[in-house]
Amino acid sequence: MSAVKAIFLRELRLAARSRADLAQPVFFYAMVSLLFPLGIAPHSGSLTLFVPAILWMGALLAALLGLERLFRGDLEDGSLEQMFLAPTPVSFLVLSKLLAAWLVLGLPLALLSPVLALLLGLSFSAAVVVMLGLVLGSLSLFFLGGFSSALLAGLPRAGVLLPLLVLPLVSPVLIFGAGAARAAISGGSVEAPLYFLAAIAVLCICLIPPAAAAALRNAFE
Amino acid sequence: MTFWTWLKSLTSPPIFFVLAQRCGFWFGLISVPLLAYGLIGGLLLAPPDYQQGEGYRIIYVHVPAAWMSLFIYSLMALAGGIALIWRIKVWECLLTAAAPIGASFTALALVTGMLWGKPMWGAYWVWDARLTSELVLLFLYLGVIVLHQSIADARAAARACALLAMVGFVNVPIVHYSVEWWNTLHQGSILPKLGKPTLDRSMLTPLLVMLLGFQSFFGYALLRRVQNELLVRGEIQRG
Repeated sequence: MSAVKAIFLRELRLAARSRADLAQPVFFYAMVSLLFPLGIAPHSGSLTLFVPAILWMGALLAALLGLERLFRGDLEDGSLEQMFLAPTPVSFLVLSKLLAAWLVLGLPLALLSPVLALLLGLSFSAAVVVMLGLVLGSLSLFFLGGFSSALLAGLPRAGVLLPLLVLPLVSPVLIFGAGAARAAISGGSVEAPLYFLAAIAVLCICLIPPAAAAALRNAFE
Repeated sequence: MTFWTWLKSLTSPPIFFVLAQRCGFWFGLISVPLLAYGLIGGLLLAPPDYQQGEGYRIIYVHVPAAWMSLFIYSLMALAGGIALIWRIKVWECLLTAAAPIGASFTALALVTGMLWGKPMWGAYWVWDARLTSELVLLFLYLGVIVLHQSIADARAAARACALLAMVGFVNVPIVHYSVEWWNTLHQGSILPKLGKPTLDRSMLTPLLVMLLGFQSFFGYALLRRVQNELLVRGEIQRG
């Protein structure tokens, strides 16, 4: 367990030392979401229709920025090899790494989303639902994305391939997440899609680490 | 030949190659009359639908193709599991060889569905549950193909594809139910539920024959592709 904790703290320390990398997805998310309305007639009411899609697609794309280099550094400096030599199962180490990555790269996006939602004209309660959805959805997103990133670890063109692998896998998350936001806007029930998002997140947290560990082992063998 | 030696033959590239040579030939031979009967029976002999007229006949391509798209993806996940657990080269080749065929069937199902949708629904594409999940399935297939192409080492590529196929396989039902919950317009399944067919026998028989024809064509194409893959990998030397 100490190895799991060590990996977790190491990720946080690494993140704290490269603040530009941390800020990049957040700025990207803010910019994409806030430039989107320039393409829509702003007062026609159609903006509200698109807000769930804007906020969710923006978050997906911003998360991809961080996911791409998730394992690259570890592969290059040999710490990945040490993870495989460690007595702790690699799945636990990957779980710890992905949770830390979500905490520093995914959670900020979710926390930013209600601000963007308010700027795009949603009510306060709808903005809270968007945030809750993104907290749960970004967990699944980071686990599925981390798995895809592990598959592509060590490949030169990983940045182009990653979206091709991740986006189909996360389509249910997008549907339920944007569904919750739309339900909140129209005053419908938001519990069902949020429960689905939570269920998918739990499923990902349980099933993805072994798969990602196998993918990493395969990548550097 | 006992079951065990037969099973073992599936793990040895040279034995599998010879087996594939023979079985591939028969699959190819059988698929011709099956497809011919299915097409003639479906397009000419079967009576027109009371509601959709002649337009419904596209099901004789559409339904088997859609069925194959799911079948092949399941097969890939199974082959992926076998390839990862027992590290059997032949099953790695089966997995990667099946992906382009599966993608083609998926694309065929989508295109025929769109052509059918235009006269029946008035639009080529609607954001319906089944269409959307089939589209996501096509993306999953493309992901496997792209991943296979981009990793240089053949075994590492095949194992990465195996992992992706298995994760995707868990994902397919989730995608399906999520989009179903989201929106549905597609008509219900016409393949028979046990005991109560929703399709008349005169229409159903050519459909099932087409399905068998697609299956044996798939067997033929798959085995030939696996042979090819084994040759490219250098598992089989040919003078």
